[in-house]
Amino acid sequence: MTTLQTVFAKAKADNRAALVGYLPAGFPSKDGAVAAAAALVEAGCDVIEIGLPYSDPLMDGPTIQDAVHRSLSNGTRIADVLRTVEGVAATGAATLVMTYWNPIDKYGADRFARDLANAGGVGTITPDLTPEESGPWRTASADAGIDTVFLVAPSSTEERIKAVVECCTGFVYAASLMGVTGARESVNVAAEGLVERIRAHTDLPVCVGLGVGTGAQAAEVAAYADGVIVGSAFIRRILDAPDGAAGRASISVLARDMAQGVRR
Amino acid sequence: MATEGTILTAADLAGNGVHGDDPDVHGKFGIFGGRYVPEALIPALDEVAAVYEKAKNDPEFVREFDHLLRTYAGRPTTLTDVPRFSEHAGGARIVLKREDLTHTGAHKINNVLGQALLTKRLGKKRVIAETGAGQHGVATATAAALLGLECVIYMGAVDCERQALNVARMKLLGATVVPVTNGSQTLKDAINEAFRDWVTNVDSTHYLFGTVAGPHPFPEIVRDFARIIGVEARRQMLDLAGKLPDAVCAAVGGGSNAIGVFHAFIGDEGVQLHGYEAAGHGLESGEHALTLTAGSVGVLHGSRTYVLQDDEGQTIESHSISAGLDYPGVGPEHAWLKDSGRATYHGITDDEAMAAFSLLARTEGIIPAIESSHALAGALKLGRELGPEATILVNLSGRGDKDMGTAMKYFNL
Repeated sequence: MTTLQTVFAKAKADNRAALVGYLPAGFPSKDGAVAAAAALVEAGCDVIEIGLPYSDPLMDGPTIQDAVHRSLSNGTRIADVLRTVEGVAATGAATLVMTYWNPIDKYGADRFARDLANAGGVGTITPDLTPEESGPWRTASADAGIDTVFLVAPSSTEERIKAVVECCTGFVYAASLMGVTGARESVNVAAEGLVERIRAHTDLPVCVGLGVGTGAQAAEVAAYADGVIVGSAFIRRILDAPDGAAGRASISVLARDMAQGVRR
Repeated sequence: MATEGTILTAADLAGNGVHGDDPDVHGKFGIFGGRYVPEALIPALDEVAAVYEKAKNDPEFVREFDHLLRTYAGRPTTLTDVPRFSEHAGGARIVLKREDLTHTGAHKINNVLGQALLTKRLGKKRVIAETGAGQHGVATATAAALLGLECVIYMGAVDCERQALNVARMKLLGATVVPVTNGSQTLKDAINEAFRDWVTNVDSTHYLFGTVAGPHPFPEIVRDFARIIGVEARRQMLDLAGKLPDAVCAAVGGGSNAIGVFHAFIGDEGVQLHGYEAAGHGLESGEHALTLTAGSVGVLHGSRTYVLQDDEGQTIESHSISAGLDYPGVGPEHAWLKDSGRATYHGITDDEAMAAFSLLARTEGIIPAIESSHALAGALKLGRELGPEATILVNLSGRGDKDMGTAMKYFNL
């Protein structure tokens, strides 16, 4: 199992940023998700976030909503998410689960943390869990030995940044813009300032997500962040591909471009 | 006491604390409520909470709100005795609180006027809102027109179809109506979409939330602005009957009209509080909106509360003949009132609600909203339980004009 600490230490030693890819479990199919994630790892992704499909993804834009809807229609369950994690972790990438809070809450925090660790997962990203409500999850995660990543936004005050990073282990997720997930024409210039503000409060690696969709954008973000997070741009390509193999080929091309980007 | 000519005092508005039932600093009612939202929205929620805290203690704000409630919304609304309807409730005396007589035809106007004034104080020029039946959308579009705010309403595509008249009203009032085509295409999906807009445009925009659900401070703010319903009704009952009612009945979707009428009575131990959820085609059918009576505790739309969800926390789509009750979540204060035993919640099927809808029209010449008809149907049952000596206050939360399409289909009119 590759830990986040190993990934970021290695990237730092190589004088580059880490590349983080996101794909929902069960998309384009249960097995297809593992194959797609493996293609991303092969093309140079260091970390994979496996999305746990949720019926009310209020932080996600149309691309991820579409993928998640298809995944749920395929009958994806938490057991499938954990199997996906197991398959992806076997490729050697550090594998996280990104999920809204309610599925963990319902499944049971301790049970989820334990099952995720047993599947080879190294942590979670929980975009709607605020520091105030995060206590039980941080305890469960610490007991199971997995990391807890939370988000900071451009609107966050210094006080909030401090509160959020104190809850983070592994890395801090900096949302580059005020908005939902999805590739954008350009990466918000505010992202760099936000990363600086976060660094004033923590020595943890800081990864930037939301709106990154090209190798050039990855290079731009890699200049100031420890990691570059890409989701919707991969999913868009899978959605647009005629079949699974074509989708994998297409995301491999993009991931290679980005892997070069983070090394520029 | 309110000074002469006014209906609202600062104490009426901020009735919080009077009954020791204010949420804590994190917006928790017991284990319910709180904030489960993207961090990006926290500063905006903090700002709304701070501006509201200041406004409710500002006599000028209370005066402005009071003025709009009286001269624009048409408050106070009257109580109406309905003896012919009451004959079907075992002779118990049923009294209606006539929120259907407010401007725009439903209680929703109370909350939107308060929040529109708050929007001005926030220095924002644009409001967004979700709507189910369209009543909150119409009310928001109305207040936006009145106060010169840009207005965008998110409405499930299915609801747009069953409430086409309200879509036209919102457009006429100058609002942009965005049909939401993802998920179940109803209220819950409209809320998701409104949150997505808000997180993107939070600098310019206030999310004028329509019910007592959602992240803190919405459950508290919406309750306080709806609170006038119960404050008035309590005084009016004392004038009319010389005593408090034995029970207060209200329909519960998200729960704003119910909290609005319940809240002033929470400290009155002798007054039973009954909420009626939509049982749709019945509990066994699986097609219902029985969030409190058949749901389980979870997180939806930023708040810990009762939710209709499966064993893995996926939201289950609700069903009701009334769009306004067709919601798989409910306000956290109701969850708390349920668990504390202070209020009791029941289900009313589509058929029971439509029978009460028709009965009130024929016996009293009042066409109620189908939402409110759930409370009427509940009161008929409760009256037979409590006996002929009982007095029951029912919140007639809205009028039924918007429901004519549904009624024509249901009754083959």
